[in-house]
Amino acid sequence: MTAFFKCETNRAQSASEGSIQQPVACAPGSDRKRRILAMACPMGWLAFFGTTVWATPPTDAAQSTNAAAPGGILEVFLFYTIAGGVVLSAFGVCIARNIVRMAVWLFVGLGSVAMLYFLLAANFLGAIQLIIYAGGTLVLLVFGVMLTSKSPWVRFDPPKVELIAAGGVCLVLVVALCVVLARTVWFGVETITPGATVAAFGERLMTTYLVPFEVAGVLLMIVMVGAAHLARQGE
Amino acid sequence: MTIGLTHYLFVAAILFAAGLFTMMTKRNAIGILIGVELVLNSANVNLVAFDRYLGPGRLDGQITALFVIVLAAAEAALAVGICINVYKNLSTVDVDRAATLRG
Repeated sequence: MTAFFKCETNRAQSASEGSIQQPVACAPGSDRKRRILAMACPMGWLAFFGTTVWATPPTDAAQSTNAAAPGGILEVFLFYTIAGGVVLSAFGVCIARNIVRMAVWLFVGLGSVAMLYFLLAANFLGAIQLIIYAGGTLVLLVFGVMLTSKSPWVRFDPPKVELIAAGGVCLVLVVALCVVLARTVWFGVETITPGATVAAFGERLMTTYLVPFEVAGVLLMIVMVGAAHLARQGE
Repeated sequence: MTIGLTHYLFVAAILFAAGLFTMMTKRNAIGILIGVELVLNSANVNLVAFDRYLGPGRLDGQITALFVIVLAAAEAALAVGICINVYKNLSTVDVDRAATLRG
């Protein structure tokens, strides 16, 4: 009887009961360690990079300001903090075996990417990222989760071989990309940017990019009608 | 110790690989959709970083990223609609079991 309430038997049980996956209650104690780890990781990251950045000798900072770095040491600190958030939430999405946790990690990741946009002086795009992605798309995904699973705590465990193969492929991809990126010399890199205002953005959108803008509007309307039709088809 | 273009591209590469891993390993259709969102975000980070460091003031990369966000929203709406329909017909969103897309 107790075996029925173990998370690991979810697959076997659902396979034995046919094609419908049954919701299985999970023991709360098994997640405590992961929860503590999830709370400790950002703190550790912040502390590590805080001490690293602030402990650098001042000559290094003076050189970096001489080398036309607009943000100076604050930009470095903010970049490493936010990039740490992005990477951590990406790993969280990978590792999470629960669809609701995946959505929460995705929320953290989308917010961190918005902060990266702000750091890249893309004010309008950061706001759009927060409004549309974190406010619209993610809510849509969460609604999809709620509508398509009988219990939000259904877990999915892929076979180990598949995990190892996918992890190997992605690891090779990351290493290869990083090697290529580190070797590339970009032509005409400028570090000082005039802050792009929203007015310039709108003007550009309404002159050079007017046709794609209108096409995107028509596409959104078609998608709205199509999604409503798809979702109502079964009734 | 300055932050350059390559730093942002590293972050985007890691984000891309995480999204790819999510798409490869998850069985739930919504989980695969979350992986797609991660991949699109990594492409957007690339676009905005290139816009800042290679063509400052021209805003081409930012506007392309805006269109990517719009298309991602449209794609998510359609995909969630399809998922709901599949769930209605087959009572599951497991992509291994929902292999037939006949209505």
